[in-house]
Amino acid sequence: MAVLDLKRKLEILADAAKYDASCASSGAKKRTSLDGKGMGSTDGKSICHAFTPDGRCVSLLKILLTNFCVYDCAYCVNRVSSNVPRARFSVQEVVDLTLSFYRRNYIEGLFLSSGIIRDSDYTMEQLVRVARSLREDHDFRGYIHLKLIPEASAHLVQEAGLYADRLSANIELPREDSLKAFAPEKDVRTIKQAMGLVRLGRESAKPDPKTKAQPKRFAPAGQSTQMIVGADAARDDEILARSEALYAGYGLSRVYYSAFSPIPDSSARLPLAQPPLMREHRLYQADWLMRFYGFTQAEIAGSSVDGMLDLAVDPKLAWALQNRDRFPVDLNTAEREVLLRVPGLGVKSVDKLIASRRWRRLRLEDVARVCASIARVRPFVIAADWSPGGLTDRADLKAKLVAAKPPEPQQLSLAL
Amino acid sequence: MKIVRLAHETDFGGWRRAARALRSAGVSPEAVAWTAGEQAQLGEEVTVADGDCAFPVPREFVELARDVVLHRDPARFALLYRLLWRLRNEPGLMHVATDADVARAMELRKGVERAAYRLKQYVRFREVEDDKGAAYVAWIEPEHRVLARAAPFFVERFANMRWAVLTPDACASWDGEALSFSPGVSREEAPADDAQEDVWRAYFAATFNPARLKVKAMTAQMPKSLWRNLPEAQVIPRLIQQAATRAETMVGAPHTEPSKRTARAVARSVRDGTFDDAYVPTSVADVWTAVQACRRCDLWRDATQGVAGEGPARAALMFVGEQPGDQEDLAGKPFIGPAGQMFDKALAEAGVPRAETYVTNAVKHFKHEPRGKRRIHAKPNVGEIRACRWWLENERRLVRPKVIVALGATAGQAVFDRPVSVSKDRGHPFDLGDAQGLITVHPAYLLRLPSHEDRARAWKLFVADLRAAWELAGGSHAEGASSGA
Repeated sequence: MAVLDLKRKLEILADAAKYDASCASSGAKKRTSLDGKGMGSTDGKSICHAFTPDGRCVSLLKILLTNFCVYDCAYCVNRVSSNVPRARFSVQEVVDLTLSFYRRNYIEGLFLSSGIIRDSDYTMEQLVRVARSLREDHDFRGYIHLKLIPEASAHLVQEAGLYADRLSANIELPREDSLKAFAPEKDVRTIKQAMGLVRLGRESAKPDPKTKAQPKRFAPAGQSTQMIVGADAARDDEILARSEALYAGYGLSRVYYSAFSPIPDSSARLPLAQPPLMREHRLYQADWLMRFYGFTQAEIAGSSVDGMLDLAVDPKLAWALQNRDRFPVDLNTAEREVLLRVPGLGVKSVDKLIASRRWRRLRLEDVARVCASIARVRPFVIAADWSPGGLTDRADLKAKLVAAKPPEPQQLSLAL
Repeated sequence: MKIVRLAHETDFGGWRRAARALRSAGVSPEAVAWTAGEQAQLGEEVTVADGDCAFPVPREFVELARDVVLHRDPARFALLYRLLWRLRNEPGLMHVATDADVARAMELRKGVERAAYRLKQYVRFREVEDDKGAAYVAWIEPEHRVLARAAPFFVERFANMRWAVLTPDACASWDGEALSFSPGVSREEAPADDAQEDVWRAYFAATFNPARLKVKAMTAQMPKSLWRNLPEAQVIPRLIQQAATRAETMVGAPHTEPSKRTARAVARSVRDGTFDDAYVPTSVADVWTAVQACRRCDLWRDATQGVAGEGPARAALMFVGEQPGDQEDLAGKPFIGPAGQMFDKALAEAGVPRAETYVTNAVKHFKHEPRGKRRIHAKPNVGEIRACRWWLENERRLVRPKVIVALGATAGQAVFDRPVSVSKDRGHPFDLGDAQGLITVHPAYLLRLPSHEDRARAWKLFVADLRAAWELAGGSHAEGASSGA
């Protein structure tokens, strides 16, 4: 085999890693390099250093250590039966590349995953070696996200948590039986066990108020996971139920939804079509509603059609249109939880309205100054100078709002 | 009309002094014009003496003003003075985000914050060599005058590196010990290239997915106006242009068939996935492995793993609880959570060595309801208890206990295969054919009792039940028995 130069390896191993949607570098504890020998800082917030033409942010150097893999997961570009070019980085090469990019302010840190080579423990050990070298040899204080290889031993997970800010194990598919069918070597139980280990690790890293001993650090930025959308037949309500269960069970920071995308050399067992990007977008919106707006999965599922979210309107508007008896709400008196359910009002808008109304009665033009589109809000609220009258209950309200709405960022036609 | 000339474009101190003086002199906003630096003279300029506002100014306003002066909007000083003017009669004004002036000032602040953030995002250092070694120099054109605001970020991040950020307004440099500022320079002062940029561009291109082209989503965050200072932006037009063809090639390319090995593995897993009733576990270790594949009811779906019993292969005494809880589900062991700790304490007091008993649950998967970041215990129903009884029967057959203690009503249902009442049936053994059955409370019940007296009474009864069960099973209360044989 010809020896690949570093740039070519990077192209192969970045291409191989890009189907993982996780990009954030958030949640880490505040730290700087002022009292250290190396470089790096985090303050809990994610910084995006570039955006590629798919609209995704580049925050971390997201690569695989190798795309050689003994597994044959049908949805994955790196499965053993795929004919993509293969490459493998040495531990030192990943360390050098990370430092070189970080030093030039291209990245916030490293997101490292790998194909399964030899066995789970060997692979996990390689990932841990990279993180250990960055932290111990170079006093690197930037962000590190390590992928957990399911079935890796608990002591390796423990060590990974010592060096990494965030860990993740991908649940891959919303339905367990599709995982069985598409990824025969993977087992949903071992994936969940890995998540369980992370949760237990994080709980044991909390300082004990009795002994006051400072336990070893463990993945302070928590864990995330990814679900591929559109590869199996799972409906949106199933996907959201799965997310709800994962958030509750393992204290995840994020569930990433990744529209199944055509890959070079794809398997005969999967659909070859444009990725369902709008569906992915609606799932993120619904996920947001569950985490920050007090919606339950059941409420969102209740306003879906046959378990699928409406692609024409966002899930909050879909819910409001189904539950019009709850509207209009009075902007000058309604409670925060109620205001959060008004279409077109986000968390920030609601907080501003609540602060403002202590000083003056809100009129419609006041509201317009703190929200993106007053046209969407108007049918659902009462203000000092406004009542929607019959508007709230009009049969064609949905059509009117869809027509009035500025187009959402959609996938551009491939013909351009 | 009075004209106030400030020393420079971000002269917050000067603005504050002048604004205080003007405000205390009662000069209305309409009667003041603001200018900064060396611009052409427009009218009569005033020099203002130091003054003080005759009323307290909220801290929120001072902080906002500090941000807003960094904006390039020429009207920013006038806007701030108008807000200051209004604050006297409207002390709560800063909380009214819906007010037009406040909203505008907030918008300017947002612009300044975004520009400061963009500086952190889009600075691209280039490596240069001098007599002291490597140093890193960047050229960037910030939308607003935020360099001094953002510079500490680079100090904290690159404390052990020598670096400089050059902009048309000002330059910041760090020599490893101190941060210093100097006047702005032109682009020509910055290094022209860095060999690593070619590698960075290769990464940028490879991490792009041509099947998800969304140009607007990119430019919303990384507008074209910034591209000239971003090395990776050079390849963007090519990536966009080739995306359609690349995506079509992927969609149109012939499929790859899965390897034979995979086809066999799929066939095998489909077979394994449907649980086989004819399977007979031959050891408790078998039970542990096999329960992971159990599909006799739906509880496996949201659980982490099945939690079978724990204990010696043969034990005279078996405890049956309800189901694994949150902690048991994560760790894969029965009775280790809060109720498990209570159980351990009670066993110790009763002189029963847990290691010599077999401890299991009526239901092997954790039934729960998600609530945000928590899982709330849910009671298994009769159907689930029945479905799982198959496992309990196998455990009983293998462990061959003389005495089985059901902890709580759910366990009672499983052990006796009929509804039982703890209060009525407690205290005397039932004949189960192969063993004697006892029922007592579940240790979680003790945790739930509100009053101290009730808890103490229930605790005594529970410990007595455990001791009686141990004696019935033929166990001895040797000194220190609780620490194991």
